[in-house]
Amino acid sequence: MIRRLSPSFVLSISVLAGLALVAVFAPFVAPYSPAEIRAAPFGVPNAENLLGTDALGRDLLSRTIYGLRYTLGISTFVTVIACTLGVVLAIMAAVRKGWVDTMIGRAVDSIMAIPQIIFALIVLAVAGISLTTLVCTMIVLEATLFFRILRASAGDIAAMDFIEVARLRGEKLHWYIFREILPNLAPTLIAEFGIRFAYASLFISALSFLGVGIQPPDADLGGLVRENALAISIGRAAPLVPAFVIAAIAIAANGIVDWFVHKYSIRSELGQ
Amino acid sequence: MRHPLLSFVIQRFGSGLLSLVVVSVLVFIGTAMLPGDAAQAILGQDATPQALSELRQELGLNDPLYLRYWHWVAGALQGDMGMSFSSNRPVVDVLIPRLINSMILALSAAAIAIPLAIGLGIVAALNREKLLDRVISMVSMWLVSIPAFLKGYILIAIFATHLGWFPGLAIVRRGASLGDWANALALPVATLVFVTIAHTMRLTRTAILSVMASDYILMAEIKGLSPRRIVIRHALPNALSPILSISMLTIAFLMVGVVVVEAVFSYTGMGKLMVDAVAYRDLPLVQACGVCFSLVFILFNFTADFLSILVNPRLREPKA
Amino acid sequence: MSFLEISDLLLKAGDKTLLSNISVTMEKGEVLGLIGESGAGKSTLGLAAIGFMRPGCHVASGEVRLMGQSLLTMLQEELRQLRQQKVAYVAQSAAAAFNPFYRLEDQVTELRALQKEVSKLERREIARSLFERLQLPEPEKFGRKYPHQVSGGQLQRAMIAMALLNDPELVVFDEPTTALDVTTQMEVLRVIRQVIAEQQCAAIYVSHDLAVISQISDRIVVLRNGVVVEQAETRKIIDNPAQDYTRALVAHRKVGEFVGQPSEANAVIEARALDLGYGANTVVRNVDLQIARGEIVALVGESGSGKTTVARSIAGLLPPRAGEIFMNGKKLADNVDHRTDDIRRRIQFIHQLPDVALNPRQRVRAALSRPLQKFLNLSGASLQKRLDDLMDEVELSRELLDRYPGALSGGQKQRVCIARCLAAEPDILICDEVTSALDALVEDSILKLLWRLQRQRDIGILFITHNLGVTRRFAHSVIIMESGKIVERGLTKDVFANPGQEYTRRLLASEPTTRQGWLDDQLATTS
Repeated sequence: MIRRLSPSFVLSISVLAGLALVAVFAPFVAPYSPAEIRAAPFGVPNAENLLGTDALGRDLLSRTIYGLRYTLGISTFVTVIACTLGVVLAIMAAVRKGWVDTMIGRAVDSIMAIPQIIFALIVLAVAGISLTTLVCTMIVLEATLFFRILRASAGDIAAMDFIEVARLRGEKLHWYIFREILPNLAPTLIAEFGIRFAYASLFISALSFLGVGIQPPDADLGGLVRENALAISIGRAAPLVPAFVIAAIAIAANGIVDWFVHKYSIRSELGQ
Repeated sequence: MRHPLLSFVIQRFGSGLLSLVVVSVLVFIGTAMLPGDAAQAILGQDATPQALSELRQELGLNDPLYLRYWHWVAGALQGDMGMSFSSNRPVVDVLIPRLINSMILALSAAAIAIPLAIGLGIVAALNREKLLDRVISMVSMWLVSIPAFLKGYILIAIFATHLGWFPGLAIVRRGASLGDWANALALPVATLVFVTIAHTMRLTRTAILSVMASDYILMAEIKGLSPRRIVIRHALPNALSPILSISMLTIAFLMVGVVVVEAVFSYTGMGKLMVDAVAYRDLPLVQACGVCFSLVFILFNFTADFLSILVNPRLREPKA
Repeated sequence: MSFLEISDLLLKAGDKTLLSNISVTMEKGEVLGLIGESGAGKSTLGLAAIGFMRPGCHVASGEVRLMGQSLLTMLQEELRQLRQQKVAYVAQSAAAAFNPFYRLEDQVTELRALQKEVSKLERREIARSLFERLQLPEPEKFGRKYPHQVSGGQLQRAMIAMALLNDPELVVFDEPTTALDVTTQMEVLRVIRQVIAEQQCAAIYVSHDLAVISQISDRIVVLRNGVVVEQAETRKIIDNPAQDYTRALVAHRKVGEFVGQPSEANAVIEARALDLGYGANTVVRNVDLQIARGEIVALVGESGSGKTTVARSIAGLLPPRAGEIFMNGKKLADNVDHRTDDIRRRIQFIHQLPDVALNPRQRVRAALSRPLQKFLNLSGASLQKRLDDLMDEVELSRELLDRYPGALSGGQKQRVCIARCLAAEPDILICDEVTSALDALVEDSILKLLWRLQRQRDIGILFITHNLGVTRRFAHSVIIMESGKIVERGLTKDVFANPGQEYTRRLLASEPTTRQGWLDDQLATTS
């Protein structure tokens, strides 16, 4: 079993687990408070401030660790809720078909007719920028994407004869969901969860980078890049560290997905 | 029996139009539900109730919602999308030059990214599971995972700050020469190419691989055709249709890319305009930008769908 | 030196052996039949004869010589030239083997397009004459069509036209009629026979159908699990096979005894004046049907005849447009969702493809337990005991209870599906083409099983099939459908001995047999 884990998979898992631990135990890991002004603005990295200081002289490492909390926390929360919503709606639509399916399908189509970031910008402009608005908007957007993929897979599964066998036996909805469809949907679901998680972390970072995400004085990783954009354009690299952390999260999540998809396709080939 | 192509065009055009109506209704209702309104915004917080109600009457804000929506749509169709709060100029005047700038940026990126991505996708598919394919797959995964702004800053760090070949800010003045444009746009376009290329490349690879597994490819090999002819004449035309029809996501990536890239390079396009409008809560401008982006998006998707039907005889030619 | 010499061929895909120890020769102008079950390696051998290996396969040892040239040591370019000019291949599914992107005339004459001096107009003329030769309708317009615009039988003939383009010395026919209905198969067989005679080329004919192969080929090679079981002249294989396996294959095709009288019991299920359809189309009109306990009723027809639609309607999967279904004299709800559990238990349905009728994520034990729990309220030890009994009844090892369907063979899966229906202790079993995806010998064993079960348990069976041979051996009475209507019905022995309708006669005449000269007789009578 262990032998079948590839190095890149082990690395991806370790990176995500490590970052998650740092985020959870941020107060113990971070050397300073993220709000504390430590030194002159844009101080260079030294033994005290390993990544240097930001535009207000706050310790960049500590701010990055707390920023990680926001990015990981929001991405995880949004993905879990959106996934649950997407699964339930997709299976309901695939099994019930008829007007339920049509209604959900139309609603998803109309949301997807607007580019995601534009949808988010409109909602944020109208409802005002707040954490609740951000999270709700992202949940809606992610849930539509979950629905799209899962509805297609659930539809393929629902078209199989064993679903008809269940119908001939007179099974109820919960039997279809938990015994017939979900077990067959699981591989797609897990892979899609990873992809959507990576996307969510990139999306919240992009919004914060644009200044319409997490608002100062708090900052997620994207917000940190925005705060320090000035330093970056004069050639300082340390303020890019938060951006690299975002990339690490997304690469690790996609790495796990790739391994999983690869392994699963090999499995299914052997099975038949 | 109607020709399938015609009925497709009518159907997709209808659904595109419907999407646009939905978008405009969402945008409009969203704005109308806000506390405070245009009158408040124009006159400011200290306005007297008297003045407010007069202006509301004048602006038609007391009309029922559907009537106001109708006026708004009718105005928009005639090119009147209201006044921008922040600049006090007609929204259309603010919007049009920015739209043109964004289109220049996005189309240049697409013109490079699409052929490049399809080419690399084919190369990866033909070298399936070999080193080259793995390298391409790995790089594409990295490209998908790196935030757009980081790509931009890395390019700035290398090509602007370190090598000094291109400017780090894409500021183009009115009447600039073509060379100036190319110089200023080099880094933003390159960033956008990197933002969009990975996804299209993966789609192409998957599409080619699934076509290469078909019986007619086997048949072409058995007939003794050369590998080159098989890929170009037999596989590619059939892969084109799926590539085009799934390219919707690629276009969405381009949109996100445009908004972020314009912010990184301070490029005066519609994306930056919209982000600024959101920050100022300049709602008529947000509305207009939103509708405009959606319109472009819907148009692109319609074109992609249309082309994918056009290159697929099974959908294009009637059955009997 | 022979025209084709294959000696000691060992062909592998990775570590898996596909063909081993194959030595076959054939002479110029000879027609060689390759017969075997799925997985026997017959297509692989057919392709190897023209020097083609599927991706991932390789020759580990041995030799293939065609017209004196060794195909395995040839340069790629030489091999391509050979395939372009000297040999041709006709695939099983013409619908999949034609590129959907190009018009038929362009594909059929594609090899000529490689030569610069042949103009588009000349190619069109070449295509036209080929289509004419294969008796395709409107040959001058036919080539302008795309593959999806013509019927399966026409497409198969177009593929034969493509094979004849360069007057090949050897044509490999890979199950060219398997996907076709019997009457269409007849047309295509006729064309193949004519073409081989005119062309005077050698041919390799690959099939799982002994009757078809015996009509076409001079000599037959019997393959099993990648090994040659027996090879001999056609008549010798049919009349005097040397090996047990070949004997079993031949016996299967021999016409069996007509089964006896059906039981005199009253009908359990009765359908009256059913009209059925999907969307705007009505595909079945005015169908009456009765099934009694202990009786096997075959519902026979070609694809599109509406036979499966009738079966689905009785099962409650497709509510009728008009008409009623009764069980023991009481009217049934049209939709299975509105029927009682008791009714659902009494009418069981077996699907055509066991692969998709079993949930791949449920072990056999779970699949069989559910009906026992739901319909019979069994649990604990009595449930486990019943599971063991069921496995015994369908002749499966009890160890398979803890396997997933993916680890079972096609025949085993279908037995599990049968056991799942038996678990409900039904009165009526609806079998929808349940053996058509299985190999001949497996098909026989499943039929025997069903035959035994229906007598032991006194079940009534509605048997949907396109296969006349199976009907003859298996059913008490038969109903023949064409284009949604019943054309003839009666006791199987009466209908087969003395068909009353033109369509039935044509259907019976189209069914291939191993009798010498059958195909020639058919050619004489129809042309």
